[in-house]
Amino acid sequence: MDIFEEIRALTEKYPDRRGALLPALYIAQEDAGWLSQEALERVSSALNLPQATVKGVATFYSMYKHRPMGRHLIQLCTNVACMIMGAESLVDFLKGKYGLEPGGTTGDGRFSLVIMECIGACDRAPAMLVDTDFHSDLTEGNIVEILEEYE
Amino acid sequence: MEKFLLKNIENPASASLEVYLKVGGYESLNKALQMEPADIIAEVKAAGLRGRGGAGFPTGMKWDFASRDVKFPKYLICNADEGEPGTFKDRPILEKNPHLLIEGMVISAHALKSEMGYIYLRGEYPYAKIVLEKAIEEAYATGYLGDNIAGKGVGFHLSVHQGAGAYICGEETALIDSIEGRRGQPRIKPPFPVNVGAWGMPTIVNNVETLANIPLIVSIGAEKYAAIGNPECPGPKLFSVSCCVERPGVYELPMGTTLREIIYDHAGGVRGGRELKAVIPGGISTPVLTPDGIDCPMDFVNLPKRGSMLGSGAVMVFDDTVCLVKVCWRAMRFFEHESCGKCTPCREGTGWMRDILERIEGGFGREGDIELLQDIALSITGKTFCPLGDGAAGVVLGFIKNFSDEFMYHITNKKCMVNKDSQSAG
Repeated sequence: MDIFEEIRALTEKYPDRRGALLPALYIAQEDAGWLSQEALERVSSALNLPQATVKGVATFYSMYKHRPMGRHLIQLCTNVACMIMGAESLVDFLKGKYGLEPGGTTGDGRFSLVIMECIGACDRAPAMLVDTDFHSDLTEGNIVEILEEYE
Repeated sequence: MEKFLLKNIENPASASLEVYLKVGGYESLNKALQMEPADIIAEVKAAGLRGRGGAGFPTGMKWDFASRDVKFPKYLICNADEGEPGTFKDRPILEKNPHLLIEGMVISAHALKSEMGYIYLRGEYPYAKIVLEKAIEEAYATGYLGDNIAGKGVGFHLSVHQGAGAYICGEETALIDSIEGRRGQPRIKPPFPVNVGAWGMPTIVNNVETLANIPLIVSIGAEKYAAIGNPECPGPKLFSVSCCVERPGVYELPMGTTLREIIYDHAGGVRGGRELKAVIPGGISTPVLTPDGIDCPMDFVNLPKRGSMLGSGAVMVFDDTVCLVKVCWRAMRFFEHESCGKCTPCREGTGWMRDILERIEGGFGREGDIELLQDIALSITGKTFCPLGDGAAGVVLGFIKNFSDEFMYHITNKKCMVNKDSQSAG
């Protein structure tokens, strides 16, 4: 199904079509992993909302991406609990091992790294999401093993 | 204490309707459907339940206000935007006990005469979304959701609305903005959402844990419920315990359990038998306590007397390897990132405070920086639409009040009190 129809179907869940904007942006982001200008225009026309409205909302929320991402998105938490349990050394480690900077993408387009605020896994810190998979109790040893699963 | 909120979650299939029904699931709903809506509200009021999201507002009173409004439709929104750093208490309900939440919501909807509800789920919990959507599907298929619930003529529809990584949307008016498809920016109150909420209609926003308490109140009655924990704010409470303890995790204990009991009896004490240095009792936005404060009962009444707050009940324990200036700096980086930008004192002040903390932490602190931080913090307090700014200010003021020596040491000696080699957090 084209995303246009998929987004139109979402509006049934809300008394006003604009309510569907956040889920619509997720749908538009799903294929390419980021929101291109074309994707934003598609959302705008499916919901019949001004482009400025769509872009204004899309840029407010940190989980919508506005430039191409790697094939896999690493979202690593560095908030207080994860920081105390060693998340900062993991950031340095990823830099050394994959040349991956926070906010950056590896040269081969395999991984992008985003530093997250709390992801609600403080009891198993440090923790990260890779795409939608959750991984916890990370160490320099096991983070490589985990990431090797993602081509 | 017998577990209610986390009942049966050790069972790997606890999220399924079949297993939930086997342990008495939806019996409270069946009972509630025989009751008049006003009687359910009276029961919740008498039970003394206070909201578990952080503010501790009496739930029955909120419901009463909403039920007095004559406008329809009314929306019931579950706040599952659990974003307060240190907090992961709602996660086990969302991922392992979703039908308890749904049951709580349907009872609440019946009491409030709401026919439409949303679960506003944070974007960082993708697994919970899968679990909740499956549970909702099961509930529809069995008639616990829909136009004629359990054949009693009560209608309620429910869906999941996924947030997208904005802490501020945990604030109820920003959350409503977000459901309406807007940037999440808090609105001035009044009007309160119970009168003018989503799409201008009466809207009740309750936290996951609050709604999950409703089936218990209906099941055992207000009197028995009010006897659990501190009578001034009773009930079971989820505490998420993290950082430097032997057994971090979520613990369901009576409201009013002391910090000492939580840390030493339940979470196994400070890791490696090290010395306790500081505790944040209710998530990063609540002021830090010194070790002499740990005999304080964890509830909405006693923590304010100690200069802190229960918040979300997220206990963050710091031992003597942790640099508190660094913790304060990291907390401020969070507030700066999450400030929605609507109110100038918060938008600018959080950045300034992060900047100053960064230079103190890095060994470039100046004389007068502590006073400057206090000045900025006091210029934010009470001057913003929502509590994010107050929280950020309170964090700085709390750390300076209780650990000014450590801040002074950093400024005077251009280095950390904690030996770098033994230091946690880099």
